[in-house]
Amino acid sequence: MTTPRPETLAKLTPVLTKRWLSPDAWRIGTYEQLDGYAALRKALKAHPDDLIQLIKDSGLRGRGGAGFPTGLKWGFIPQGDGKPHYLVVNADEGEPGTCKDLPLMTHDPHALVEGVIIASYAIRASRAYIYIRGEAVHAARRLRNAVQEAYDKGYLGRNILRSGYDLELVVHSGAGAYICGEETALLDSLEGFRGQPRLRPPFPATHGLYASPTVVNNVGTIASVPPIVLGGADWWKTMGTEKSSGPMIYSLSGRINNPGQYECSMGVTLRELLELAGGMQPGHNLRFWTPGGSSTPLLAAEHLDVPLDFEGVAAAGSILGTTATQIFSDQDCPVYATYRWLEFYHHESCGKCTPCREGNYWMVRVYRRILSGQGTHEDLDTLLDTCDNILGRSFCGLGDGATSSVTSSLKYFKQDYLDYIEGRTAPKLSEKTLVGAH
Amino acid sequence: MTTTFTDETRERAREIIARYPADRSRSALLPLLHLVQAEEGYVSPAGVTFCAEVLGLNKAQVGAVATFYTMYKRKPTGDFLVSVCTNTMCNVLGGQEVYDTLVEHLGVGHDETTADGTITLEHAECLAACDYGPVMTVNYDFFDRVDPSTAVGVVDELRGGGRPMPTRGARLCTLKEMAVQLAGFADERDGAVADGGPGEPTLRGLRLAQEHNVSVPGFDPNTPIRSKAEADKAAAEAKAKAEAAKPAPVEASAAPVKGGDGASAPTPGNAGAGEPAPAAASGSTAPDVKAPDDKSPQVRTAETRQPDAGTAVPDAPGTKVPTDSTAPEPRDARSAEAAGVAANEPAGDGKPAGDEAGAQERNLTEAKAGTDADGAGPADASETGAQK
Repeated sequence: MTTPRPETLAKLTPVLTKRWLSPDAWRIGTYEQLDGYAALRKALKAHPDDLIQLIKDSGLRGRGGAGFPTGLKWGFIPQGDGKPHYLVVNADEGEPGTCKDLPLMTHDPHALVEGVIIASYAIRASRAYIYIRGEAVHAARRLRNAVQEAYDKGYLGRNILRSGYDLELVVHSGAGAYICGEETALLDSLEGFRGQPRLRPPFPATHGLYASPTVVNNVGTIASVPPIVLGGADWWKTMGTEKSSGPMIYSLSGRINNPGQYECSMGVTLRELLELAGGMQPGHNLRFWTPGGSSTPLLAAEHLDVPLDFEGVAAAGSILGTTATQIFSDQDCPVYATYRWLEFYHHESCGKCTPCREGNYWMVRVYRRILSGQGTHEDLDTLLDTCDNILGRSFCGLGDGATSSVTSSLKYFKQDYLDYIEGRTAPKLSEKTLVGAH
Repeated sequence: MTTTFTDETRERAREIIARYPADRSRSALLPLLHLVQAEEGYVSPAGVTFCAEVLGLNKAQVGAVATFYTMYKRKPTGDFLVSVCTNTMCNVLGGQEVYDTLVEHLGVGHDETTADGTITLEHAECLAACDYGPVMTVNYDFFDRVDPSTAVGVVDELRGGGRPMPTRGARLCTLKEMAVQLAGFADERDGAVADGGPGEPTLRGLRLAQEHNVSVPGFDPNTPIRSKAEADKAAAEAKAKAEAAKPAPVEASAAPVKGGDGASAPTPGNAGAGEPAPAAASGSTAPDVKAPDDKSPQVRTAETRQPDAGTAVPDAPGTKVPTDSTAPEPRDARSAEAAGVAANEPAGDGKPAGDEAGAQERNLTEAKAGTDADGAGPADASETGAQK
């Protein structure tokens, strides 16, 4: 393995991940020795509005996929309205390919807890919830332990650090539903209902949890708050690009030599990431990849130099998403990959709206037909037509996301589909899996 | 109908409910469903009744929730839930082969339990550990980079009474013990929280940075937080500066792609322009409306989904998005909501949360009176409308 060039290594920006190397950073004693809770002490001396302004100045954008400006979101919370305010952390990590929040919560849970306290103070919330994916049991163990330690040390509860500020924090485990990563579905789930998305408006900023003003932020977003409070907005903006500031954890998986988490300055390219990750595995050539999980349109080898920030990826026709970079080679079939993702969306569709529930159900069946060698040319039109009817017409982003890999794989790899249909590729699925496809 | 739940479970149920605001006890429903699984291994009709009783809901309301989430099992489970990821990435890296091997080896299919009651097998969707793929979990703790033979080794050891150590995560407990943790209680086992250091993929980027002494320069933890007055002053100065140099901002907005290799970065203007018209590939029956811009449809839709200060939502009434950074005007929505409330009597399952407790109690009493007469069939949880 060759060493990456110095200019590529300079793209690494260990900020959110920097404590992971300390094996005991999940214990409060170790965390405190590593700048822990220093940001909280500093923040509690400032006016909440100044903290909101600080986050606005930093240009921090949501790390959960949509990239909404965090300071703006906090600023939407009406102040002095006499209603309780809530902070809800979206820790329902489940987007295929995404694996950045679980290690953060497992190895540095106090970073999230500290961020929660500062953010809650800024938006004047006295209750906060971390909605963590049910399956993430070890992260939840460490997080619950961290919350208890924080209570014991006086960082949570009544009169935090004698500032007069009170906050209760509850870690709430989900129960295995991808849709609960959608913020309004998450709120419904947290209220004890089926996790189905709500019609917006009204937005959570005014009618969120218990119909009260609520901020819903991703784990990475909230964990970014303490370093910004400590280092300042100007320091934060030394990383990343003009409109996508700061570091981002890029999760690389697939046909590369060293899959893993690489925290880099936003705007790094796949070419540089591959260099950091030791290149493609022997015998594999890059064929297609997702810039930010399976809900973002696939990109191909020609996009190696696209800057991976919000604007750069959008200009290339895809979405930065969760920076879950899944890398596939010439030995992987884009048709099969898309089929498997569709099975996922079909399984996870909450059933509330027709386009997503029915569209994914039928697209899965069309894919099974194609992959078993019984597809027709008309099937490709059917797929595009179905996507037309799902994208933007489903109730929430889950349906939109399902169409991403279908339309993008048809755009870049139509020949692969035709090879199945015209019999040049051997069927990948056997006929017995063909149920109700006709 | 009587339920069999122990005093310990009842005490825990009270603790769970106390975590949430007094008038929002329904929030306790998900942890309570985990709790009844901790005692019975699945959500039984009795478990549904228990949750309904302690929250003042009816059984249909609880059943509707229990059947929505995949982690609530609807038939008895084994001591160990073995989940193999077969989503795309793990799938192509060999996860499907692992799953197929286990199906054959154990003689059970998806969501089925071995005859000895040890193992319940399932194929799972993305388990958020793609850098360790293919992965498998036992009671949700990770076994990384499995292949068919290691997977068979793990299940054989489990069936032989052993407790193999997960690659990451804590030493194994039973599925029922795990459900207690899922209900929000601490893992009381000595050393369990400390188990499981980070694996190499998690640390890879960090190690590179450490080996080559890369860090982010200029970090000063004592950087002051600017007060609003100072910020306003700075903003005013910046504005004055910008006005003095008028053409500058235009230039900035015309080059949105920055920070990468400028020469090779695609610009919005030519993305797709050099390619054949995508419409040619489509036999779509959707009306051929000209796109308002040349963004990819997914990007355009995503932007509409996440309106910000600059995104208009033209076709939805009451969705005026403010053009400055003030809060969205809630008045339209509020008056619409008030009108809706006035026109419609709340149903028992109405939203927002906080069901009218009186009506539920009435329902429960009526239901009780009805079923007590002949002691017959309480609603089966598994028949309350599965969605998936």
